[in-house]
Amino acid sequence: MAVTLSVNGRRRTVAAAPETPLLYVLRNDFELNAAKFGCGMAQCGACTVLVDGKAVRSCVTPALAVVDTKITTLEGLGSATSLHPLQKAFIEEQAAQCGYCIAGMLMSAKALLDETPHPSEADIRQALAGNLCRCGTHNRIVRAIQRAAKEMSP
Amino acid sequence: MSAANRGITRRRFLGQTAALTVGFTLAPLVRGLAQAPSVLPGSLQKNRMLDGWLRINPDGTVTAFTGKVEIGQGIVTALAQIVADELEVDLGRIEMVSGDTSRTPDEGVTSGSRSIEESGSALRFACAEARGILLETAAAKLGAPLSSLRVEDGVILAPGGVRATYGELTTDAMLKREATAKAKPKPSSAHRFIGKSVPRRDIPGKVTGGAAYVHDMRLPGMLFGRVVRPPSPRARLVSVDERATRALPGVVAVVRDGSFLGVAAEREEQAIAAARALRKSAKWQETASLPPSGRKLFEHLRRQPAQDAVVSEKNDAAASAVKTLEATFTRPFQAHAAIGPSCAVAQWQEGKLHVWSHTQGVFPLRRELAKALTMPASDITVTHREGSGCYGHNGADDVALDAALCARATRGRPVKLQWMREDEFRWEPYGSAMLIDLRAGLDAQGNVVDYHHELWSHTHSTRPGESDGTNLLAAWYLRDSQRPGSARNIPQPAGGGDRNAIPLYVFPRQRVINHLLPEMPVRVSALRTLGAYANVFAIESFMDELAAAAGADPVEFRLRHLSDPRAKAVIEAVASKAGWRPKQAGDGRRGRGIGFAKYKNLAAYVAVIAEVDVDRATGAIKVPRAFAVADAGLIINPDGLANQIEGGVIQSTSWTLREAVSHDSTRVLTRSWADYPILRMTEVPSVDVSLINRPEEKPVGSGESAQGPAVAAIANALANATGRRIRDLPFTPERVKAAQT
Repeated sequence: MAVTLSVNGRRRTVAAAPETPLLYVLRNDFELNAAKFGCGMAQCGACTVLVDGKAVRSCVTPALAVVDTKITTLEGLGSATSLHPLQKAFIEEQAAQCGYCIAGMLMSAKALLDETPHPSEADIRQALAGNLCRCGTHNRIVRAIQRAAKEMSP
Repeated sequence: MSAANRGITRRRFLGQTAALTVGFTLAPLVRGLAQAPSVLPGSLQKNRMLDGWLRINPDGTVTAFTGKVEIGQGIVTALAQIVADELEVDLGRIEMVSGDTSRTPDEGVTSGSRSIEESGSALRFACAEARGILLETAAAKLGAPLSSLRVEDGVILAPGGVRATYGELTTDAMLKREATAKAKPKPSSAHRFIGKSVPRRDIPGKVTGGAAYVHDMRLPGMLFGRVVRPPSPRARLVSVDERATRALPGVVAVVRDGSFLGVAAEREEQAIAAARALRKSAKWQETASLPPSGRKLFEHLRRQPAQDAVVSEKNDAAASAVKTLEATFTRPFQAHAAIGPSCAVAQWQEGKLHVWSHTQGVFPLRRELAKALTMPASDITVTHREGSGCYGHNGADDVALDAALCARATRGRPVKLQWMREDEFRWEPYGSAMLIDLRAGLDAQGNVVDYHHELWSHTHSTRPGESDGTNLLAAWYLRDSQRPGSARNIPQPAGGGDRNAIPLYVFPRQRVINHLLPEMPVRVSALRTLGAYANVFAIESFMDELAAAAGADPVEFRLRHLSDPRAKAVIEAVASKAGWRPKQAGDGRRGRGIGFAKYKNLAAYVAVIAEVDVDRATGAIKVPRAFAVADAGLIINPDGLANQIEGGVIQSTSWTLREAVSHDSTRVLTRSWADYPILRMTEVPSVDVSLINRPEEKPVGSGESAQGPAVAAIANALANATGRRIRDLPFTPERVKAAQT
């Protein structure tokens, strides 16, 4: 049993059962850390990645369902040496405490800004309402997204 | 309590039983000797060698060691700032090593907002002393008087352009000596890094998908593990089909030991499938062991056998009361509910165990694992790796034992074991439910003259490494099962259930009674603030009730009962910041309220003013905005401190409006976020934080300082808005609606 997926522009065939949730393929086969296991029920958003530009919950998405798509994880946005404006803004606003939810927040934000380059604060909060944060970093996250939006489309 | 006992610090008191015994028997002897060891600041007292804290490397870098760990609060960055300033070395050349039983000092548990005081003080004095030693060595080598030397980023400069670097001067022997704490740390005027909002060291990795968490570890040959927990706390395994599970794809081990069940598999989804199959085939014998729920829970708590203690009593002369008020407050069991379920990696090699864990205390966990696995602690290494948010004693330690038990069956292959969402919600130790009765008397001038605070609560600490039992979940279910430790209360002045039960207000006659309920049918332990959240909720709600009875404004009423200038300052500052108008009435829908506390009566002062917006038809409450002012003494990292206060207010708002664990007589019913909603991005208040810096005061922790004031401010705002007070947490729409009629 094998599935071929395209993740962050890289195509790979992995030896996983087709119904395997995308999350485990990303974390364990592609060795990508960003998407996190939070609930396994699409309730918290920690596992959010982009599939053809749309934010999806990778914990409930079977690998088979995303075979002919372009999958993007946080690692696909930028890296420590070449930060995406969203990543840069999260560092500038120090928008994390434990940070476990942050990758999911960033991916939901990316999906939002791709569709709505100049979101209102209410737009941002609405777009991220399905991403839970427990440390209480919400307002910093909103500020970081506002900052990134300004930088990306002045 | 004898004088000898009183000298024992809380951290030592919490040490394992053996340490406690030594403390009791040796303390008087030691004090009688001429060469009694001097008392050293913070954790230096217990970890006295300088090279345990610090290594100056020949390449000019510095490695600092701390037993405290990063749990999302930014402590490692703050400690690096302290090292940089005291040693005069740029931050970029400081490597921090934290929480590793093979490398770092034993600083117990990272909890109670004590890291800055304990580890920060130790590093501050150790670095100041190391700097002095380096300067003396340089003076000898360069032939220059000590007073003529200065340091710039690890380079010692003498007049005439002569210089020596720390890297050139350092030797292996240089810091192999006991600290004296005689070198004076720098005054705050000389700080370059302390007091600055230095960016956190851990954030770049976390926003780029770096290997930031124990969850991200990958070791060669690593397997994935899952556990199958019983359906209820007292359930015992009757039968299970291990063979069918073993035959599933990828399954390497099925572990059954008494009522403990676990699996290890080649792939993560295979481990999950195996655990599911195992659960399906398992037959359990369940026992109804849980207390009544809802309102009945609190009457039940009141009737339980208790260990009673008067924790504060005062009988100063004062006028008689002319008016007496009474009220009862409650708080349900509440969950830590971290976003990421607990996780650990364990590996056995030649009888020795290595565990990677997001525990708050690597040494206490090692001691507890040694008990649970009946092996010497010296054969166990525990290395800290970050986890998802830590708000007290969660599943971190328990999952470490789970991983160790599963890895014992995998012939040396490491196992990464993560709990499922349901495991976390049903098995993490909750913050204890609490019942609080208050009674107070006002004199003819409207001043409080009598005050009575009585509380009923389970313990607020069942952490590993501290008790007469084994405080790791799986240990209770093994064939050779071990018992959990017996309940005890953390003594005052910090307190456990009675944390912040002694009001900071000056009341001439007061009595505070703690009823510790030793039976723990629902598993409980430390949840951020311990008893302080509920005690401050009660006291500060009651202060508003008393102010109203006295016809006074809540801010003025608080100020007149306080003598501590720092307490008054945060209240005055938040009132001014929020534009507080005395005796401003709510309009039936919107209102404002204030709450104040000095955390533990020992740490940060925080005052909060919150605004609420009540939908009277549905009972739904919004907290659109909150103001907070904090005084945590000398501020190490202003942005880090603000982040903690902001987060504390938001988390407390969520506890206050939404959160309660539910259970029936047998099972915990809270399994997912659908059962335990927390505040979302669209629902959190904006938080306006102001900080008061006190460079002349010692730095104190802040991570738990805002939660009490925040709940109180919301409770008072709700009463201010609607004229109806709610004394039972959480403020659900049903309760708010019921209170309107």
